[in-house]
Amino acid sequence: MLTKRIIPCLDIKDGRTVKGVNFLDLRDAGDPVELGKRYADEGADELVFLDITATHEKRKTLIELVNRIALNLNIPFTVGGGISSVEDVSALLNAGADKISINSAAVKHPELVSEIASRFGSQCVVVAVDAKNINGAWKVFLNGGRIETELLLEDWVKQLEKLGAGEILFTSMNHDGTKNGFACEELARISDMISIPVIASGGAGKPEHFVEAFTKGKADAALAASVFHFKEIEIKDLKNYLAQQQIPVRL
Amino acid sequence: MIAIIDYNAGNIQSVRFALNRLGIEPVLTNDIEQLQKAEKIIFPGVGEAGTAMKSLKEKNLDKLIPQLSKPLLGICLGLQLMCQHSEESNTDCLGVFPVKVKKFNPVLKVPHMGWNTIFNLKSPLFEGCSEDSYEYYVHSYFAEIGENTIAETDYINPFSAALKKNNFYAVQFHPEKSSSVGEQILKNFLAL
Repeated sequence: MLTKRIIPCLDIKDGRTVKGVNFLDLRDAGDPVELGKRYADEGADELVFLDITATHEKRKTLIELVNRIALNLNIPFTVGGGISSVEDVSALLNAGADKISINSAAVKHPELVSEIASRFGSQCVVVAVDAKNINGAWKVFLNGGRIETELLLEDWVKQLEKLGAGEILFTSMNHDGTKNGFACEELARISDMISIPVIASGGAGKPEHFVEAFTKGKADAALAASVFHFKEIEIKDLKNYLAQQQIPVRL
Repeated sequence: MIAIIDYNAGNIQSVRFALNRLGIEPVLTNDIEQLQKAEKIIFPGVGEAGTAMKSLKEKNLDKLIPQLSKPLLGICLGLQLMCQHSEESNTDCLGVFPVKVKKFNPVLKVPHMGWNTIFNLKSPLFEGCSEDSYEYYVHSYFAEIGENTIAETDYINPFSAALKKNNFYAVQFHPEKSSSVGEQILKNFLAL
């Protein structure tokens, strides 16, 4: 049986792991390769490395890091952050990334999604969508949640599927950082709407939240950062718990 | 020398890095002489069957591959291209395996993406791997089960997780991304 995936997300700045507790207060927590390997050993199904440096001069550092991750990790990993061209994607895939994640660039240039998909295959195109429920309408936001757009989440994910996206990583800004659980209702709505996998993100605080994301939320995978990063939830314990709750997971 | 067939079909670096982790530096090539000389050949691929076949034909690899006599391992699209025919763009493939490649009926999410189990393991390729061990998959088309099937996986319907005929081996999953089980399968292939 196809299992539900648990995906720790590692935020990277200048080649090091950080976690934005909020946008200004970043804590340094070490080497991304070591941390990634530890997560893989504990049973993580995939990893996401999100580069929040994203200045042009630092891209070389990122490529070197991706290369080091690829040489050391034997599970799939996605790299995101500041990707705005087919050339960026090509450099990351050549360095050994399995998938790339784009966000703002996809909204600004939707054709970029199809260009990447036709050149490298849909399987490597994760489109991250940050959205916020404003008076009942889920609006898509850009630039790490700083810029509101007129795009509606449900229209956008349908368009992304048509453009050739391989997966949707949906972060609810209403839930992100709250540790009160994922946006299950909206997750289920978009999961039913499209055929490609949906990764739930934003709001993980307890193991029960992951169960809800997979049952009520119909998500195919769930992503979290801080609960894993600060060892509030151990991946091994989480997967054992999910198995007890009849959620298919890789043990 | 271990060769990886380089024919512009997606990201072959992952396979190279997986071999690096096993202490092997493979040669990435589409040179016919080099491929004939290689002790083992890996035939990876992601992307679309029609485009990939076209790319193989341009490099005359469509004639070469079925004639190679050393152990060859197709991975993912590599497996599908080694079959008779693919529904993807209605493509005639290499015909190593007399098997048809079909599109999943989308009653569940397609692509089949993530970790799933392999069972009915019938080859030294799976030495040291237990029944129902997990492999990482990403694909929208599948090879039917036939006499060459040496492992199965179930998603929407049972399909060939792996095929074997003479010196030709192929797996639908990505051993290069399937943790320690995948590493074991690559090691087994290299030890054939």
